[in-house]
Amino acid sequence: MTELPVWADWVISFFIILGASFAFIGSLGLLRLPDFMARLHAPTKNTTLGVGGVIIGSILYFSTTDGLSLHELLIAVFLFLTAPISAHLLAKAGLHLELELSENTRDFRTKPEQYSDKDD
Amino acid sequence: MLVYALQVAFGLFSLALLMNIIRLIRGPSLPDRILTLDTIYINSLALLILLGIWHDTAFYFEAALLIAMLGFIGTIAAAKFLLRGDLIE
Amino acid sequence: MSKLVPAPWWSLFLLAFWLLLQNKVSVGATLLGLVLAIIIPLYTLRARDYRTTLHHPLLGVQYFFILLGDIIVSNFNIAAIILRPRKSIKPALIEFPLAISGSVPITILASTISLTPGTISAELGRDGRSILIHALNVDDPEATIQQIKQRYERRLKEIFQC
Repeated sequence: MTELPVWADWVISFFIILGASFAFIGSLGLLRLPDFMARLHAPTKNTTLGVGGVIIGSILYFSTTDGLSLHELLIAVFLFLTAPISAHLLAKAGLHLELELSENTRDFRTKPEQYSDKDD
Repeated sequence: MLVYALQVAFGLFSLALLMNIIRLIRGPSLPDRILTLDTIYINSLALLILLGIWHDTAFYFEAALLIAMLGFIGTIAAAKFLLRGDLIE
Repeated sequence: MSKLVPAPWWSLFLLAFWLLLQNKVSVGATLLGLVLAIIIPLYTLRARDYRTTLHHPLLGVQYFFILLGDIIVSNFNIAAIILRPRKSIKPALIEFPLAISGSVPITILASTISLTPGTISAELGRDGRSILIHALNVDDPEATIQQIKQRYERRLKEIFQC
């Protein structure tokens, strides 16, 4: 590692720690939450933003050490575009397989057959 | 400061991966496991980016981008398979 | 011009993507990027079976920043929910009636719902008039629906005029 100005040192450290904490909480949620649909929330939101924080740290580090470097943004953009899509498909799969929901889930569907994937 | 921050971050991501593996083993259903694999992909690409900062090199970037793309395709393919029982319709 | 560059935003995106991938701006990289940004849309245009026009690009930028702020807020919300005892959360499945139409606006709205506080879009209704939402912690489903309508759907309706 090369020497950094003091402000950059602190700012980069802040973003990296913030990102790592979010990713940690995301995985904790994956472990702790009661049913599949609830567990879906943690990785799609928290882990994605956690990686976003790490990527901001990386951009700042390489931009201060050797010239503007923005290519890490590609990973961030890609993750933020794809996270909702994979979450949506997994939620569809969960509904399709009729996974058990936790007992305090309230169902406000008026026409459940509207959302079933069955071809009957 | 950055050295300590990186070490803490490595520790947090490793713990996150450990918790993912517990969820991967416990299941209980297939979508759970696919979701966990997706999370593992994302966490390991974050670890690669951190390793890039640690070694002060940009060479890990391509690997991280590839993991992001392959992870997404893999998740989509597996979820599609659960939905249809078939990959290509 | 419009024959050579049928989708200007898309071409611009491809050029920016190429330059970011190179991580430097040089004459050679820009020229090759321009060639790619023209050829790829021409070659793949037939595969695009949706038509959409951006009526207010500036409102689109505003929407992007609102979304960015909400993503950060939503992360603190979810983190707070995860760290609290697991019995006290109140998940719900909610139907969200759509007032917008067209595949691109609905896709953007569904992605927005997935990225913002406590909600995930799970399924589009068969008639395409409603989205099924799974919310992690709600007291009043009507309030959640109204919030999404006021904050995002209204803006998307304005941007895409659909």
